[in-house]
Amino acid sequence: MRILIKGGWVIDPGRVNGLADVLIEDGKIAAVGERLTPGRGPAPPTVIDASGKLVLPGFVDLHVHLREPGFEYKETIATGTAAALAGGFTSVCCMPNTHPVNDNQAITEFILEQARVAGNARVFPVGAITKGSEGKELAEIGELRDAGCVAISDDGQPVMNSLVMRRAMEYALAFDLPVVDHCEDLHLSEGGCMNEGIVSTQLGLPGIPAAAEDVMVARNLALAQLTGARLHLAHVSTEGSVRLVREAKARGVRVTAEACPHHFTLTEEAVRGFDTHAKMNPPLRTWQDVQAVKEGLRDGAIDAIATDHAPHAAQEKQQEFAAAPNGIVGLETALPLTLALVEESILTLESAVAKLTTEPARAFRLPKGSLAPGVDADVVLVDPKAQWGVDPSRFRSKGRNTPFAGWTVKGRVLTTLVGGRVVYELPTAER
Amino acid sequence: MSLKRKDLVSIASLDPDEIMLILETADSFKEVSGREIKKVPALRGKTVVNFFFEPSTRTRTSFELAAKRLSADVINFSTSSSSVVKGETLLDTARNIEAMQADIIVLRHPAAGAAETLARGVKSSVINAGDGWHEHPTQALLDLFTLREKKLTFKGLRVAIVGDLAHSRVARSNIYALTKMGAEVRAVGPPTMIPAFLDRLGARVYYNMDEALRGVDVILMLRLQLERQGPALFPTIREYSRLYGLTSERLKLADSGALVMHPGPINRGVEIAPEVADGFASVILDQVTNGVAVRMAVLYLLSGAS
Repeated sequence: MRILIKGGWVIDPGRVNGLADVLIEDGKIAAVGERLTPGRGPAPPTVIDASGKLVLPGFVDLHVHLREPGFEYKETIATGTAAALAGGFTSVCCMPNTHPVNDNQAITEFILEQARVAGNARVFPVGAITKGSEGKELAEIGELRDAGCVAISDDGQPVMNSLVMRRAMEYALAFDLPVVDHCEDLHLSEGGCMNEGIVSTQLGLPGIPAAAEDVMVARNLALAQLTGARLHLAHVSTEGSVRLVREAKARGVRVTAEACPHHFTLTEEAVRGFDTHAKMNPPLRTWQDVQAVKEGLRDGAIDAIATDHAPHAAQEKQQEFAAAPNGIVGLETALPLTLALVEESILTLESAVAKLTTEPARAFRLPKGSLAPGVDADVVLVDPKAQWGVDPSRFRSKGRNTPFAGWTVKGRVLTTLVGGRVVYELPTAER
Repeated sequence: MSLKRKDLVSIASLDPDEIMLILETADSFKEVSGREIKKVPALRGKTVVNFFFEPSTRTRTSFELAAKRLSADVINFSTSSSSVVKGETLLDTARNIEAMQADIIVLRHPAAGAAETLARGVKSSVINAGDGWHEHPTQALLDLFTLREKKLTFKGLRVAIVGDLAHSRVARSNIYALTKMGAEVRAVGPPTMIPAFLDRLGARVYYNMDEALRGVDVILMLRLQLERQGPALFPTIREYSRLYGLTSERLKLADSGALVMHPGPINRGVEIAPEVADGFASVILDQVTNGVAVRMAVLYLLSGAS
């Protein structure tokens, strides 16, 4: 089975950025180059005309919540990975805060099996740091790694005990696994449901100060320096965090960081009107924080763009603001929001693509996010000029919880291939 | 005349003309409350539902009296008797009440934004009777009414609001209301009880009560919510009372005609000395009386009965 993607603008960050054809053979990238002519084969290749389109490595999302097992009413591995494909993501790393928590081999195997059955995007589970993500005893990290976990995290339940975190980092060194932390001092953030600032004061909502994140980022960086572990900072949202991680990188600390589209697109102002679709953790911050996150993406302090895709059922988000759960879906809107940074001249097109492909792959050492000959042919075709209206009712995700409903955005995924197989095509009705 | 809006969820969303309309309407309803037969037929045939998710005696009673004096039918729901505990959302419950043709829903809720959320979801008028730390608009309106009665104007009036402003819906609504009407607001409390960027709401922040009280025309004391304090907002009630309690000595720092207000219920001897609460400067019971008239005005203006 051969596929020739012809006439597109190929960006494989650091390798290719120009008009080229991509030849796929037996599910792998066979060649990337100008005017490729497929050699002899049993049959002529299927040709995909990509003229006027971008041809990119499939995107890699370091941070999604697929909700299975335990919260299938919010999302399943099948629906979450279908949403991934529609957003151009061919590899997703799913957080362990399922029920039960992914703190053992059996859950990891279950997740991988469900992903295999679904046959959509590739799934790379992230295992728990501690048993039940309770922050007390280390999970069987070695077994988690053997079962297929690519990182460890107690996402959403940050490890408050610094000694436990130190031990986790030290222990993870044996497997060279990245330790991922959602940086939040739970004492400082207690009861909070939005950023602490002028808007929280006006709305009378309990605030979460930026310091709740900064304090934990600083702690984790100090522990990473102490242990030599690979630290990955999830969803960096504050000016202070960006400054701390930039400074730590300059000192040679082994740290990578991700930022989410909502944290570089929206501010705390979106909470006005008590819109629960503007409720997430970390919360939407101030304009200065947004500028700092953008600057961090530009200068490399922040390596990757991740979605923190967090589907919830409609009735959960229809509660009072303080009672509604945190999080928004992100897989199907990440591309245009990232491309907006190119329009704003924050990122070049190639660096924007890198933040979705090579950079996240490098952070977790995944053999993905590239179009190098010989790798799995995970490819996405994008129309960078297509304008479209965000309509949550058309999402593949079960979650409809997005603050971007009704937005007109630019840049759309047309076709997604995983392992050389077309697994997603934008329906004609939506073109 | 009527308010050109379905709901009253916040003072922040009102303009000064609307505030004046409510106060002027309340003037005539105050007269009704002074009559032998304290009843007018303005809301006859209308149904008002008091929907209270927090314990409240005076606000609920005040709304109930206001509705009854307007001849409306009144139903009271409180947390213990509502179905919210059974997994229904606030909106579900409200839609059920609406399906019984409630014209006006009066909502008291511990979550900020509850009234706004409800107002968007139902066709009935919604009156916010207090939502979390956000707003308590009718309290601010009755405070304005009381001030106007005693001081005739708001322009240039110096008002100190003392206490836990961070966790107070009364403080927020009053800051919005007073600054909109041209008064000067001084916010007084320990830094742990002053929310972020409060000065941007138009209030001047003081940590020292004596300094703040100098020359003020009105002192609005907030209730110290003893049941609501998180850790370490202040060391002891004794110290709080010493630093931020209103005593007759402190009262002398204010203008000689200064008024003392309190939304109640008061903690005697904590934020306010008994002799001040019961003293010549206190208008605390006037506030309660005026509360009924102001709520009648709000019910009337939102009902479109005029």
